Amino acid sequence: MLERAHILVCGGTGCTSGNSKKIYDEFTKLLKENNLDKEVKLIMTGCFGLCARGPIVVVYPDGAFYQHVKVEDVQEIVLEHILKGRIVERLLSKEREADGSVKPFNETPFYKSQHRLVLRNCGVINPENIDEYLAYDGYLAYQKVVTEMTPQEVIDVIKASGLRGRGGGGFPTGMKWQFAHNSVADQKYVVCNADEGDPGAFMDRSLLEGDPHSVIEAMMIAGYAIGATKGYIYVRAEYPIAVNRLQIAIQQALDYGILGSNAMGLGHEFNIELRLGAGAFVCGEETALLNSAEGKRGEPRQRPPFPAVKGLFGKPTLINNVETYGNITAIILNGAEWFTQLGTEKSKGTKVFALGGKITNTGLVEIPMGMTLRTIIEEIGGGIPNGKKFKAAQTGGPSGGCIPASLIDTPIDYDNLIAIGSMMGSGGLIVMDEDTCMVDIAKFFLEFTVDESCGKCTPCRIGNKRLYEMLDKITQGKGTMEDLDKMEKLCYYIKENSLCGLGQTAPNPVLSTLRYFRDEYVAHVRDKKCPAGVCKALVSYEIIADKCVGCGLCKRGCPVNAITGEIRQPHVIDPDKCIKCGACIAACRKNAIKK
Amino acid sequence: MKTLEELQAIRERMKAKVNNRGVADASDFRIVVGMATCGIAAGARNTLAALTAEVEEKHLDNVIVSQTGCIGICRFEPVVEVFEPGKEKVTYVHVDAERARQIVASHIMNGNPINEYTYSYAVKEN
Repeated sequence: MLERAHILVCGGTGCTSGNSKKIYDEFTKLLKENNLDKEVKLIMTGCFGLCARGPIVVVYPDGAFYQHVKVEDVQEIVLEHILKGRIVERLLSKEREADGSVKPFNETPFYKSQHRLVLRNCGVINPENIDEYLAYDGYLAYQKVVTEMTPQEVIDVIKASGLRGRGGGGFPTGMKWQFAHNSVADQKYVVCNADEGDPGAFMDRSLLEGDPHSVIEAMMIAGYAIGATKGYIYVRAEYPIAVNRLQIAIQQALDYGILGSNAMGLGHEFNIELRLGAGAFVCGEETALLNSAEGKRGEPRQRPPFPAVKGLFGKPTLINNVETYGNITAIILNGAEWFTQLGTEKSKGTKVFALGGKITNTGLVEIPMGMTLRTIIEEIGGGIPNGKKFKAAQTGGPSGGCIPASLIDTPIDYDNLIAIGSMMGSGGLIVMDEDTCMVDIAKFFLEFTVDESCGKCTPCRIGNKRLYEMLDKITQGKGTMEDLDKMEKLCYYIKENSLCGLGQTAPNPVLSTLRYFRDEYVAHVRDKKCPAGVCKALVSYEIIADKCVGCGLCKRGCPVNAITGEIRQPHVIDPDKCIKCGACIAACRKNAIKK
Repeated sequence: MKTLEELQAIRERMKAKVNNRGVADASDFRIVVGMATCGIAAGARNTLAALTAEVEEKHLDNVIVSQTGCIGICRFEPVVEVFEPGKEKVTYVHVDAERARQIVASHIMNGNPINEYTYSYAVKEN
């Protein structure tokens, strides 16, 4: 029987940590109790993207977009909305039309400017049910390439689409497929790089969680195009939901005969195995990933030979990122020309970004290439919370750089980002406000890469460590102006001499902050001041005597008894005792303490 | 092992099932059943079930079946409202499963509202 309503509960990692599994169970229970389980369909789906307002529940056909849903709210939704058709308004978005009615959620600023191509099925289908994927033209693209196209024609379509690698580098995907196709060998492999390691990036995880079959189908198409019969998905073990859904998806595809020795009965073999990574950042680098997938230590290999010539187990290998694969079926079904209409001249299609940091709508967004950073932050992201000012955005994680406020109108694509000293990266987009110290941010990212360096080559292992020490010296207020020049020189040395992408890009956060925020470095070095008030060694707390009413709140809040003063008299902070924890500022009601 | 034909059959069967998963299109018919206590007591649940079954059976993918609360004419329950884009809403009264099927066939599929079942007709006659 046709269900009259569909309840979609988000089962992405974000909402799951907000207890969406319990919400799902409560719905199951209450629908049954009210005899609604036959006429209403309940599914767990992938990420809706608006993680900041999770857990999210959507009810169709009304399109009611419930936010911050708690287990206790489920009863009201079932009894009011499902049983009586009265939408529970208090759980809806606060964004209203001019007449006060609730905006349909696809008309809210967060969704309106997005273009969900890769994420088209995320938050729509049940990722654990292959039939639902089939309903959205699943596995038709594979059927089309095998029955209607030669491998070379498939590669030509991918080339003509202008698709570029979404893992960060932006290498033309069609070219990669061509190289792997041209290599001659008894066995070739297709590998999916799902080792998403950038702090704050989660688009690959969300795609695998929300639509695992689209990645499997794209790998099958790649296998047909390059002549490979075996695929590996290298995914980090820290993504248990993604791993679980991939396993279910692979098993379902095997049961249907979609994967196997005679895939879909079309005469080609394709099988997929999972390889779980232990979570080393360097394994996102393709040659290190291949080593790790073979069971060896995750260290990069010398290139050339490139993986397309000598990759996994020494055989020609095609390796693409999850999001790159996410584009393939849509391109095959709709054609290269359709795809080229989206995006800019040299960057076609869309890009998924994980929006994080000081932004109202933290979450997952997919935008057409060429959208400005301003639109992403101000419209989709909902701006900076607490009335703070936008200072910079960091793209590309520890390998990328920052985009200062002066360049907020730059259209985002591969080449523009490189031109301004950042990079697309895998798609982390961290927004920073005026309370962020750029030296501290550079230090944070460098600390990460120092920790994650595999240690195989000297420039990366020792160079980055020395660079980190210099940054640390500056944040302690012990840096000299010569240090700044030395740092810059060292950055270029590391970039030019490291073996793999990790080392070659590790100094980027330092270089780009030096380029756009040199005055902040100078303030740390020359004036011994941290303008944002972040670097503890350079901050001092002081009570403004005129504003202090002597209430004693700060004194009581101070954990180290650094504040003294008589009641109704201005208090003072003893700088020798102060540990700069900020408890006094939080306690003061008169704004009388400055740092 | 599924053949290509079997896979295609699953696609078509599932397409109908996931069809109402999307924000309603402005060009869609909306059939709304009054499902407050009065409606449910008068048998609105059977009406609703008959409507959804008809919509599925006839592959009407431009129709959304939804529910609403009490609209205040409890003695006429079960009440069903049909919203057609660009036209006046039509309110049907005393809609049992049989009437529901007739409404789908005549009004939705052939564009002929059934006057005898409407609220205005019922009020005039009584």
